[in-house]
Amino acid sequence: MAHGPSQNFFSRWLFSTNHKDIGTLYLWFSFAMFLLGGFFAMVIRAELFQPGMQLIKPEFFVQMTTMHGLVMVFGAIMPAFVGLANWMIPMMIGAPDMALPRMNNLSFWILPFAFTMLTATLFMEGGGPNFGWTFYAPLSTTYAPDTVNYFIFGVHMMGASSIMGSINIIATVMNMRAPGMTYMKMPLFVWTWVITAFLLVAVMPVLAGAVTMMLMDINFGTSFFDAAGGGDPVLFQHVFWFFGHPEVYIIILPAFGVVSQIIPTFSRKPLFGYSSMVYATASIAFLSFIVWAHHMFTVGMPIAGELYFMYATMLIAVPTGVKVFNWITTMYKGALTFETPMLFSIAFVILFTFGGFTGMMLSIAAADTQYHDTYFVVAHFHYVMVAGAVFSGTAAVYYWLPKWCGRMYDETMGKVQFWIAFIAFNITFMPQHFLGLAGMPRRYSDYGLQFADWNMVSSIGAFLYGGAQLLFLYNVIRTIGWGKPIDDPQVWEGAVGLEWTVPTPAPFHTFSTPPVVK
Amino acid sequence: MSETSRHRGLLIKLLMGAVAMFAFAIFVLPPLYDLFCEFTGIGGKTGGAYTVSEVTIDTSRKVEVQFVATNNATMPWDFYPTEYKVFVHPGESREITFFARNKTSSDMVAQAIPNVLPNNAADYFLKTECFCFNNQPLGAGEQAELAVVFVIDPDLPVSVNTVTLSYTLFDITDRMPMQVSQIQ
Repeated sequence: MAHGPSQNFFSRWLFSTNHKDIGTLYLWFSFAMFLLGGFFAMVIRAELFQPGMQLIKPEFFVQMTTMHGLVMVFGAIMPAFVGLANWMIPMMIGAPDMALPRMNNLSFWILPFAFTMLTATLFMEGGGPNFGWTFYAPLSTTYAPDTVNYFIFGVHMMGASSIMGSINIIATVMNMRAPGMTYMKMPLFVWTWVITAFLLVAVMPVLAGAVTMMLMDINFGTSFFDAAGGGDPVLFQHVFWFFGHPEVYIIILPAFGVVSQIIPTFSRKPLFGYSSMVYATASIAFLSFIVWAHHMFTVGMPIAGELYFMYATMLIAVPTGVKVFNWITTMYKGALTFETPMLFSIAFVILFTFGGFTGMMLSIAAADTQYHDTYFVVAHFHYVMVAGAVFSGTAAVYYWLPKWCGRMYDETMGKVQFWIAFIAFNITFMPQHFLGLAGMPRRYSDYGLQFADWNMVSSIGAFLYGGAQLLFLYNVIRTIGWGKPIDDPQVWEGAVGLEWTVPTPAPFHTFSTPPVVK
Repeated sequence: MSETSRHRGLLIKLLMGAVAMFAFAIFVLPPLYDLFCEFTGIGGKTGGAYTVSEVTIDTSRKVEVQFVATNNATMPWDFYPTEYKVFVHPGESREITFFARNKTSSDMVAQAIPNVLPNNAADYFLKTECFCFNNQPLGAGEQAELAVVFVIDPDLPVSVNTVTLSYTLFDITDRMPMQVSQIQ
């Protein structure tokens, strides 16, 4: 009989090879990073509360915008979904654990070191990275602070962690499915993750290549991105966005997966168009590789290039539309109930679609010349990153938390959190569309007086949204410690899938003998 | 096949994929980008030294060639063309000069990077001699006339009547410690 977790706190968490423990580590780490990145956002919004400089210096402001982006993308959102994958994928496909448990431990424990190094630059001479999360050369090479080498090494470590995590997921899904669990029977969360993992293996090395070329330009006298030596700074943007565009789908595809699990449960209907969902996910992943230059319409491109990237980008709306319509059709004539995970999922569908539409506006090359690098872009990607990835991550925690810890969260508190988050999110980011269309550029610590009113509104919304996250943290801790115990394996009335056949709370080892899938 | 060896096989394949993508980013993308720019003429990069073969001068056409000189970022030199524009017949060889003076009290090395506009003219702007083929060391307070000899290819598209040649001057002193000591 399999034994339980080590009784020693340090050996249990430091040396763990159990997918559930490592999933828990990932989730807590990502929440800590979410609070850190959120704190940076609060600093940004506090400074932008009024025009003029009140709290911080402009040099520190740009460090805050850079660190906010880096910490949220690489520290909060990505590890959160890796944590969910660790917890859920083995349980969803009937596997006893991840395929490569020791590598799993390594890929998690690299992360705290990577982010300690990245964050430590804020306390060093010269300050933290100040070139934006997209770190365009030569801003990040010729004009970078000396601490840029810490940033580069940090990115290398995160990349290594992501690649190992992805290889583990691919190996688990391809080799360890329970008998009878064919590919087209896998839950959609597993499907979206396996496609995401392939994207990660393909593009994280490109990011590592980009920062390695920066490293060599800075320290070893090469000129990849330096025009003086025959290089070209525009090359940096191409390499970066060749990574960067698949990266945004790496963030959103697992979120699609989560929502595709939750909506059928609370609609008490199977997911509408399962196979079209799988093909749509794969199409989005493929298209993500051939549209990167739509981020760079203003750097100079032949008209044929602009047209190609414009139409290819618009094409992404087709598979994405398939997904949105499938979610809506799943709910159509369903026996709907609105528990907290369902509320977050419905908000996801609405707000993500909104963010998708602003993306369509941005994809129009001629119009993008006006929108480029304004708050319109900021509003657009927060609608897909926050209302997309973060909302679905929150939904996932509420949905699976009772299974993880065998206790029910406080439904009222969850709903209160949802409504604060939903309203505050829109107060924060809706006005940023107006600011951007009126011409307010992003990444500046000050702005013209005509932008004052909407910035104040946006800041108030941001503080409220931040407060809602503390409520979330409290609700999760309260559930784990003092929540109402439940022992129904099903947890949710309409839930379907192998993860709901194991006891609640999920024991330390599940599926030591594989289940048979009909 | 046992489960462990299946995991190991997949692990090795995926790791090789990751390494291949890393190599692709560093060793393939930059040359591919240069090749693409060269092929399409975008980026306005001009070719290397051109040797004049037998060319007929097309006296029926006159092309205006404009010259622009820019200092990059912190470059402190005086740098400007001695003539701002010339008119040439396609096929005719013409020499023009740029004036450069190192105003500072230290020895410096500069590199000029050429660019031609419009993009579709870049392939037809041929330089037989150019100071941009080498770097330019100038001692403290020194000045120099830097020469460019160019020919416009008679195949220049008829839609192009004006060609702009610009140079951006970069400070590469830090990269060239040897060069500076050679001046002294």
